[in-house]
Amino acid sequence: MSTNTQAVTTGAPTEAPPGRKAELSEGARAERRLGFMLIAPAVIVMLAVTAYPIVYAIYLSLERYNLAQPQDTKFIGFANYGAVLSSSYWWQALEVTVIITVFSVAITLVLGMLLAFVLHRTIFTRGLVRTVSLIPYGIVTVAAAYSWQYAWTPSQGYLSAAFNNSAPLTSQVEAIIVIIVAEIWKTTPFMGLLLLAGLSLVPEDLLKAAKVDGATAWQRFTKIMLPLMKPAILVALLFRTLDSFRIFDNIFILTQGSHGTGSVSILGYDNLFNALNLGIGSTISILIFICVAIIAVIFILGFGTAAPGSDIGRR
Amino acid sequence: MATYTPRQAAGWATANLVVVVLALIPVLWLVSLSFKTPAAVLDPSLWPAAWTGGNYGGILTSSQFLRPLLNSIGIGLISTLISVVLASMAAYAVARLRFPGKSVLIGMALLIAMFPLIALVTPLFTIERALGLFNTWPGLIIPYVAFGLPLGIYTLSAFFREIPWELEKAAKVDGATPFQAFIRVIAPLAAPGMVTTAILVFLACWNDFLLAISFTSTIASRTAPAAMQYFSGGSVFTVPTGPIAAAAVVITIPIIIFVLFFQRRIVAGLTSGAVKG
Repeated sequence: MSTNTQAVTTGAPTEAPPGRKAELSEGARAERRLGFMLIAPAVIVMLAVTAYPIVYAIYLSLERYNLAQPQDTKFIGFANYGAVLSSSYWWQALEVTVIITVFSVAITLVLGMLLAFVLHRTIFTRGLVRTVSLIPYGIVTVAAAYSWQYAWTPSQGYLSAAFNNSAPLTSQVEAIIVIIVAEIWKTTPFMGLLLLAGLSLVPEDLLKAAKVDGATAWQRFTKIMLPLMKPAILVALLFRTLDSFRIFDNIFILTQGSHGTGSVSILGYDNLFNALNLGIGSTISILIFICVAIIAVIFILGFGTAAPGSDIGRR
Repeated sequence: MATYTPRQAAGWATANLVVVVLALIPVLWLVSLSFKTPAAVLDPSLWPAAWTGGNYGGILTSSQFLRPLLNSIGIGLISTLISVVLASMAAYAVARLRFPGKSVLIGMALLIAMFPLIALVTPLFTIERALGLFNTWPGLIIPYVAFGLPLGIYTLSAFFREIPWELEKAAKVDGATPFQAFIRVIAPLAAPGMVTTAILVFLACWNDFLLAISFTSTIASRTAPAAMQYFSGGSVFTVPTGPIAAAAVVITIPIIIFVLFFQRRIVAGLTSGAVKG
């Protein structure tokens, strides 16, 4: 609560509009002033928790700084970046992260589309199906991850028992598959609901007309639905890709990153809390930030994804 | 509306059943584990061979779980309250007022919503230690508010655009200032959107794990998801599987209640900011 009031009192005056726009009417100026006052607290909190730390992380990433040897702290330029980028740990973590992201997002897209169709076409039990499918979305990731972990524990879990008492979490490829399955289970409802919203924008008459003209179900899907749903699909993909790239909870519970299953987020966490290396940890943070920025730019420039919310206020 | 042949109806019914089963089995497995006796845990069947309430009794009398549960509720509620109030103010400005820099605000919110959290953990850890915020409630509330705000600003500005704004004009004609028009007329109309936003923000705080394990060190501020891993090897519990499963079920119950009562609102909130025609 203290941050709230503090932000309001310190923030509002500095954000006041400049007085040079003399041509603005009294009402317009009052509106501007109110606008700035209303957004100031939110802007200050968001900047304080994200922008400032990122700048600080850039600074830390240029230092040799280990909490175990604080007296040895020293500015070393880009040496940390050299160390991380020439380390096989970074590249393996990046590879694992990319594999998990690509597979989980691609499969979630297909399953989410199927779920959207089921929710769209179901008449009698739509409420029930929608309620139930929201549970994976809402459940605490850690709770779900424990469920998967125990399910795959040999001589204890139902899935392990169903697969010949196997122990998939102890081998790299199988553990990554289990992690991907856990991700898919958790995120398919979110994808399905976003796609359902896009699906409801497709006019039913258009589909009927196409059917009368002899279009097959597949043609109706690819020629009518997909083009109309493209904005919804791209936004959902952008959200899911960036979200999946920062995967942490599932891996932390399922494998702790052992057997070569650690993502870049796990690597960053380990460098901070196990190695206590703030310099290297910050370097990894900055590199992840750059990766995420690249993904966002590819989506927005390459696929023409409209930034969600970009049309706010235009209507 | 649409009518189906029996064959089609059977097909959709099967699809529904598959969805329900796939969504529920991992949850039911947790429930089953939470009622198994330590010996029965070693039996992989979904139906417990021997039932016990001991796992729940154990965690619900242990401060190792109760205190984190209290932290989760308190930190979640306070973060949600602050986020919704600040986001409502900003979303009102975005939806209704003319002022420069609006697109910058929206762009910034998008950037933060998609931010790789781990990139902030190292610098925030250092900053929080320096400010004495490490392992305190505010140490988690402040970042939760910051990450609740983009979600709140999106969802609320979508809701605010649907409000009949003639009422606001009428209030102004009657002599209300813009601020009075906001508090007296618009805020009550905006309440449903604010409830939706509050649910989504609370779920996000309730769900967080990375920040919770990074910025806490004792049960003084550790939240429930972060506390569960410390059950293992504790002398209180012989086998941690049952207690962890019981704790997982306990922290899932609020989610199920929210979903049952507010499913329409949650769906509306999830899709409002992201998909527009």
